[in-house]
Order: sequence, then C-alpha cells, then structure tokens
Amino acid sequence: MTKQHANWSPYDNNGGTCVAIAGSDYCVIAADTRMSTGYSILSRDYSKIHKLADRAVLSSSGFQADVKALQKVLKSRHLIYQHQHNKQMSCPAMAQLLSNTLYFKRFFPYYAFNVLGGLDEEGKGCVFTYDAVGSYERVGYGAQGSGSTLIMPFLDNQLKSPSPLLLPKQDSNTPLSEAEAVDLVKTVFASATERDIYTGDRLEIMILKADGIKTELMDLRKD
Amino acid sequence: MFRNQYDTDVTTWSPTGRLFQVEYAMEAVKQGSAAIGLRSRSHVVLACVNKAQSELSSHQRKIFKVDDHIGVAIAGLTADGRVLSRYMRSESINHSFTYESPLPVGRLVVHLADKAQVCTQRSWKRPYGVGLLVGGLDESGAHLYYNCPSGNYFEYQAFAIGSRSQAAKTYLERRFESFGDSSREDLIKDAILAVRETLQGETLKSSLCTVAILGVDEPFHFVDQEAIQKVIDTFEKVPEEEEEEGEGEAGEGEAVAAAAAPAEQGGGGAGDVAPMEM
Repeated sequence: MTKQHANWSPYDNNGGTCVAIAGSDYCVIAADTRMSTGYSILSRDYSKIHKLADRAVLSSSGFQADVKALQKVLKSRHLIYQHQHNKQMSCPAMAQLLSNTLYFKRFFPYYAFNVLGGLDEEGKGCVFTYDAVGSYERVGYGAQGSGSTLIMPFLDNQLKSPSPLLLPKQDSNTPLSEAEAVDLVKTVFASATERDIYTGDRLEIMILKADGIKTELMDLRKD
Repeated sequence: MFRNQYDTDVTTWSPTGRLFQVEYAMEAVKQGSAAIGLRSRSHVVLACVNKAQSELSSHQRKIFKVDDHIGVAIAGLTADGRVLSRYMRSESINHSFTYESPLPVGRLVVHLADKAQVCTQRSWKRPYGVGLLVGGLDESGAHLYYNCPSGNYFEYQAFAIGSRSQAAKTYLERRFESFGDSSREDLIKDAILAVRETLQGETLKSSLCTVAILGVDEPFHFVDQEAIQKVIDTFEKVPEEEEEEGEGEAGEGEAVAAAAAPAEQGGGGAGDVAPMEM
C-alpha cells in the first residue's frame, strides 16, 4: 500500500537570488527584486534584503511568506536584546540567533535560504550562509536561491584562494576593494539573469560599512 | 494610618471599606525618590531624582524605555518597577509583531492596571509597590498616565510622585496650563525646575537628575548630562549673582516657595523628612 501524499503543499517558491561578499572593512549584500510563482511574475519590485541591526543584514530567497515571518521574529528578538543589553546585536550573535530560530522549526521548516552579511566585532566584513534548518558557516562570500548554482562557481573562480599545492607558489588572494566587489556582484547578476528565468528585473545592492549603509540599484533584464 | 486588625491580608476588607495592604503599597511609592512627568501636545518629558544607596554605589535606574514611542518613570520598589517595565516591553513588542503598528499608550496602561488589580484580589500575592508614570505618543497625541499599585490609572498634563513630590506638584500646578504649547526645550527646563523643587535647597547638579524625552519625530531617548547642565546653568546662578536677570526671578520665586514648603512636606507620611536649612 503506497503512502498517501497531500495534494496541497504549505510551501511555494518565489524564486530569486541572493549574494553577499565580505571585505576587510565592508560587506556587500545583493539580491534581485523579482518575485515569482511558477512561471508567473508576482512583482518586479520586491526587496529580499532586510536590515536586522546596524551591523547585520539578512537576504533570503525561497518562500517569501516564511521569509517575512522569520524576519519579524528576528526583529522582535533583536528589540528584546537591545532592551536587555543596551546595545545592538553583533553580526556573529545575530548569526547564532538565526541558526537557533531556524532549527526551532526543524520539523516544519521556514522555507528560507538565507545569506547573512555584516560587520563582526572587529569591524571586518563577514558573511554567513545557511540551509533551511539552520546549519551555518562563516564564509568570505555566499550565494543562495535559484541563480546560486550559476553564480557560486564563478565566485569560487574569482575569490577562492588557490590550492597551497599549486606550483608555482601563488599568493593568497589580495583583498578585494569595495568598488571591485560591487562590480563583481553586478557582473554575476547580469550573467545569472541571462540563464535563470527567476532572476531579473532589478538588482538591489546594500553596502554595509562602519559609518552606515548605502543602497545602490541597477536594472537587469526583464524577460 | 495605624496598624490594625484588618491590615494583614490584601483580601481582607476593613469595616470602613478600605483595603489597607493596597494603601500601604501606595505608601511605598511615596517613600521612593521623586519622579516627574509632563507633556505638551507633541512631546512628553520624564525626569527623576537620582538617589544612591551610598556614595560608593551607583544610583538606581528609574526611567526605562518601553519602546520608541513609550517611556516610563517609576517611584517606589524599583525591583517591582523593573519587572513591570519588562512586562510593558514585552506587550509592546507583541503588539508590534501582531499588528505591525505601535501600541497605543492607553491600551498599555489598561493592561498594566489590570495586572495590578489582580494582585489586590489574590490572597497569595501582594500589590506591586511601585507607581509608574507612563509617557507616550500615539495617533491621538502625547499622553502621560499615572499607574497606581491599587490598579487605578489617571491621565495627567503633568504629575510628580515619590518623596517631596508635593513641592514639584505645586510648581507644576502653577505652570501646567502653558505646557500644551511649550517647545521641547521649555518642557525640559520645566521638568528640571520641578526636580529642583523636590531637592529643597540642595544645589541642583546634572548628576542629581536624569531626564528623558520622546515626541513627534523623536524616539524615546535620555537627555545627556551636558545638555541638562546647560539648562541648569541658565537659572542656577552662582550665589552672588542671584539678583540678576529675568531668569533669576524664577529662581528666587522658587527658593522662597521651597523654604515655605517644608512645613507641608509631612504629607509624605514618613515623619523623617527634615526641613532643610536655608
């Protein structure tokens, strides 16, 4: 007797891609603004980037209703933290909180694929990448969402330090400047837009530094 | 009031229809150091006197941020006040989460009052020994409420609670009609002047008082000590220069009133408030 399966799913995938790159004193978080369902477009102007704290910005693709709920929970928890500690949460602290919040719903997960970007306690850029149930790791750069498979290999090519076994001996990567990182992000999104139908319309880029957050917008192909 | 056979339990009425435990709780509020609140149409200012246990310790925090648009000043058992502040913060966060909008102040004080009332009708509880001046801003404007241990609450244009608050109340009664249209700077100045009334002759320094303000386009925040000292400097002249200036007139008027006030201070209930020598 084969198991009966539900003919209704509580989840939907709204598509889209999120990328983050950490620098020596900045962090770049970018996401496209297209929200889709199936083969239809729901919005060309939906932001997938949410500021959680002065030094922690979350970008999530997946099921946007779950993303919105997750963001509300994190915002409330951050307020409580501020009342108790008289200061904002650091990015590593927020990273742990996000992981715990996701695992809390291990058996009915938030369908959210997250990239958390910000500045750590020393002011250096940090990026944390997650799966849907909270497994996370600090990395130098990350991509999630429908275009991630197209983008990640390219970021590896550009940003990953070469193997120490390579001959002739090569230096580890020179640190990326802010302008170079923004340029790289624009390049990867333009390429991903070409081949991923769920990525496009507009690109929203947030540059997080110690003195504040700057936002930049760039048009992408709308087909 | 004197000890009698009806004051052991909060759930025992006296033959004259009083709940003495609740009234004793209100006495606890009168023992705490003073807290003052005043409001205009667009701003609310909360101020309090910093009292430290000894010279070695830091002073207790008596003003708490509940949300960007609500603050609270307490007098009485500060531990009870801290617990109630935590409750208010949690109510405010839950409301924002559910309704995506700031909690109206009037709703918050009703929740607080209902919470306080519960403690007046359970034999295994005791009333909260703290009075709360809740100041906040919502769609209907700026509000200041006073929450009692009895579970009652009232709205005020300006109010003072705690020890020697009568002097501050007298000052506020004289001036409250002009508060509605006051600028935020004048409101802060009036708050500091009211705090000065409760000090009864002791020189007012910025280290002795804490002031917080919230208003339209201004989330709740503490006024920093230098700004307070600047306001104090405008009316607290060095003794030789007391006759100068229009501001000096306010300073002198108050000094005279404060000297006359000690006679009325017994209203605090505790007879140990010694009149200051002038």
